[in-house]
Amino acid sequence: MSYEDLKKHTNERSTGTNGYVQVEIEEYPKTGWEAFKQAMGRTLSMELFKGLGITFKIMNQALFKNQMHTVQYPIEQMPISPRYRAVHKLLGLLESGNNRCIGCGLCEKICISNCIRMETKIDEKSRKEVMEYSINLGRCIFCGYCAEVCPELAIVHGGRYENASEQRAHFVLKDDLLTPFDAIAQQIEYDGFGAISPDADQKIKKTPLAY
Amino acid sequence: MDNDILMTILKVVVVLLVFSALAGFTTYIERKVLAFMQRRLGPVHVGPFGLLQIAADGIKLFTKEDFVPQNANRIIFMVAPIITAATAFIAMSAVPFIPGVIISDVNVGILFVLGVMATGLYGPLLAGMAQANKWGLLGGARTAIQLLSYEVVTGLSILAPIMMIGSLSLIDINNYQAGGIQNWLIWTQPIAFFLFLIAGFAETNRTPFDLLEHEAEVVSGYATEYSGMRWGMFFIGEYANLFTISFLVALIFLGGFNDLGFIPGAIAILLKVMFLIFVFLWTRASWPHVRPDQLMWLCWKVLMPIGLLNIVITGIVMMV
Repeated sequence: MSYEDLKKHTNERSTGTNGYVQVEIEEYPKTGWEAFKQAMGRTLSMELFKGLGITFKIMNQALFKNQMHTVQYPIEQMPISPRYRAVHKLLGLLESGNNRCIGCGLCEKICISNCIRMETKIDEKSRKEVMEYSINLGRCIFCGYCAEVCPELAIVHGGRYENASEQRAHFVLKDDLLTPFDAIAQQIEYDGFGAISPDADQKIKKTPLAY
Repeated sequence: MDNDILMTILKVVVVLLVFSALAGFTTYIERKVLAFMQRRLGPVHVGPFGLLQIAADGIKLFTKEDFVPQNANRIIFMVAPIITAATAFIAMSAVPFIPGVIISDVNVGILFVLGVMATGLYGPLLAGMAQANKWGLLGGARTAIQLLSYEVVTGLSILAPIMMIGSLSLIDINNYQAGGIQNWLIWTQPIAFFLFLIAGFAETNRTPFDLLEHEAEVVSGYATEYSGMRWGMFFIGEYANLFTISFLVALIFLGGFNDLGFIPGAIAILLKVMFLIFVFLWTRASWPHVRPDQLMWLCWKVLMPIGLLNIVITGIVMMV
């Protein structure tokens, strides 16, 4: 299976019995004679060589029929679900690029592993301003409660799962989480919890009653 | 006379160098073949097609610390890998690789080769017992039972062809099969061929009988405590044995280095050996390990009676 096929295949991965084969298990031999007959039958039917044939066929498929399963990771990447809950993002306001967060502190409160911390102050217009917002990824369990509870859809989970770094803190300051102003046009809106998946159309199947 | 000795030394050096290098190259081939059979790519990143992986592994082996564990028997621990590597190369001294290239044509060639290869099993046995490690000890014990099981089959399977040929020299065995495919001993002695091949798998610790260092059961068996070049010597010895067995099978059953139609003999035997090496890797990718008791069951209760029967039938056919 080539990389492209594999990509398609992971998108279509859902329950189904296509391609399932029922394995027939013959009865275990009870007497010595039956065991002998079974062993002789298996020897004379060349079962071991059938096994060799299968591996050779697989090698043939892998080499010449483009069915190599290796994904060469840093170059090729498997698609992840659009609803994947990886490292958080702070969304910005589309007009000004300002942080959408109003500093209500609900996420801080609901966080079950106590890993969100925010510093706020009242600015000169008597509005609450978020000065610092950080998430301790060493503690975060990616439960998604913060995104669920946020009234402004400001803190959401992103798709960035490659968080190898010298320090975990590299990902989680406000400046890292907030969408940069020049990328604000590409910002993907979060529909909120309970919304259907963006790729729901591709995953749709007939209900069993329809056939 | 002096010229002879010089020539022999030259041959020895060439054989030693070629097969040490081939052992490294075979690991590359093995990793590639196993990978393809499991739909993987194998080594690809070091050098073109991952070829320099061998060099990287070599550098790693040479620069690793030469480590002797605390309670190990120091001398035996350090000597054991040398036994394996040395006997593997000593066995090669009586094997005619290609026409004209044989270090010494002993008149009991096949006996000498098999005997020296069997001695090589002292390496794993002593290593396992010397290293004060329970996995090593288990590996050593398995070496003993494996040796006791397959040696009988090797001897009995090789006896029938030798009865037909009437000589123990590998050159004579080769010449007996001159004149095309129909003269190969595999046609007259198919059972002996399979028995010898199975015993060869056990002799070289290849996969269906890979009991000595079965990772899933005994960590790394006799090689658990070894590192660096001492482990490397076990490794080179194992692959040298693989080549010896492949050459033996090609010589005894597959027509040796006789010309094969338009293919000259030297290339013919190399092709046969390459195919046999591939078979060794192929089975490793396909077949599961057996348990030690299954190996003993197979060797003593199945293969040995078949081998004896084969000898009796060969004898009757030759008398009649």
